[in-house]
Amino acid sequence: MRTALAILRKDLLLELRTLETIPSMAMLAVITCVIFHFGLNRNALSGQLAAGVLTVTLLFASMLGINRLFVAEREQGGFDAFLLAPVDRTAMLTAKATALFVYLLVLELIAVPAFALFLAPPHLGSSLPGVILILVLSDIAFAVIGTFVSAIAVQTRARDLIGPMIGLPLLLPALIATARGLGPLLTVQASGSPPAKWLAVLGLYDLVNALLAYAVFDFLLED
Amino acid sequence: MTSEGVPGSTQSAHATAGADGAPAVSLAGLTRHFGERTVLRDLSLELGRGQTLAVLGRNGAGKSTLLRILATLLRPHAGTITLLGEQLPRRAWAVRGRIGLLGHEPLLYRDLTGRENLTYHARLHRVAPRRIEKLLSAVGMEARADDPVRCLSRGMVQRLAVARAVLHRPSLLLLDEPRSSLDPGAGELVEPLIGRISSATRVLTSHDPRAALAEADLVLALSGGRTAYLGPPSGVDETMIRKLYA
Repeated sequence: MRTALAILRKDLLLELRTLETIPSMAMLAVITCVIFHFGLNRNALSGQLAAGVLTVTLLFASMLGINRLFVAEREQGGFDAFLLAPVDRTAMLTAKATALFVYLLVLELIAVPAFALFLAPPHLGSSLPGVILILVLSDIAFAVIGTFVSAIAVQTRARDLIGPMIGLPLLLPALIATARGLGPLLTVQASGSPPAKWLAVLGLYDLVNALLAYAVFDFLLED
Repeated sequence: MTSEGVPGSTQSAHATAGADGAPAVSLAGLTRHFGERTVLRDLSLELGRGQTLAVLGRNGAGKSTLLRILATLLRPHAGTITLLGEQLPRRAWAVRGRIGLLGHEPLLYRDLTGRENLTYHARLHRVAPRRIEKLLSAVGMEARADDPVRCLSRGMVQRLAVARAVLHRPSLLLLDEPRSSLDPGAGELVEPLIGRISSATRVLTSHDPRAALAEADLVLALSGGRTAYLGPPSGVDETMIRKLYA
């Protein structure tokens, strides 16, 4: 845990110092909202359409963060330094997934208000706790799978292609569950509580992927 | 090129054994490929504790690959390696904290300061923070320790890299061109940390074969990934050096 904290602290410090990832993610999310606003020629969306647009917006922005997650390790020798240390290799997974989770939370602090501003879903305020719950579960899936995929992609020459090619199919169940879970929360007659079925799907998906990533991550770092 | 003294050799093993008889580095039949290209072929040697092995050879001879294998960053494809009494790669985890690697890359984050980088490495190796200050002073970098690494000259970065490599007091130092970019003053500063007097077992490569020979107990000359010479520095003459780098 101390090792994971050391890596996490270093990653957050690097991001604060360089501001390379989170601002780009936020910018892309806001621009996507603007594009949907004008592309659909609508001032307000509701139901599954609103949920789909929000999910896709967050997905696009998340891919930027996923692609950049290990770049400093690859380009500045961070992998070698870490592999030379007598530490548990899964600390890297824990730290990177937590860093990505933090990036996603910050992204949503900007993207959700932008979504509300440009595409004004009904009753977002009253549904907000449910929306937050769904997004947090979705973020865990993005963080775990994103870290796993990014660790594979960064070791290849075509890393910008590999991330989406492997990541998107793996994220599909989480994306579907997020969109279907958000849909009822963004309707005019929203009850305010998220559908239990999709919460369970997201929760289970998070758990299974976290265990799988934990089991195989060690091998990803091996020569 | 002579390959006398290459060995498999009892003579070599005897000559390099440490005080307790167990070598710090023992290679037998080490081979490594990259794709279809064999970068190291059938290397065997033994190096005693506290001794220095100079690895010579032209660019692409396999020197850096050998160092990366010894650092446990690459796996051998054939042969056996015993480092500090532990077999690689099976027991690599047991030696990682006892190896210091100073390679071509400084392994420092450009956007962190020298102190922040060393603090990060100290946390990975569970080293007390006071050691950082001691090392910053030893490499003459206290005044610039809070500047981002990207703002430092190449020589200053190399001094920080030396501090990073010895932070955890490794018993085995793997030094790939350790004095590159260092001016004579900086070279003297780092001498107690990575030089002969550091008392660590050292495997070093150098662009300057004569300087490497001067501090070696054993010399391994590589040519095309094969052993061209293995033996004492006294067995290496100018003709051999010229052939090796021709």
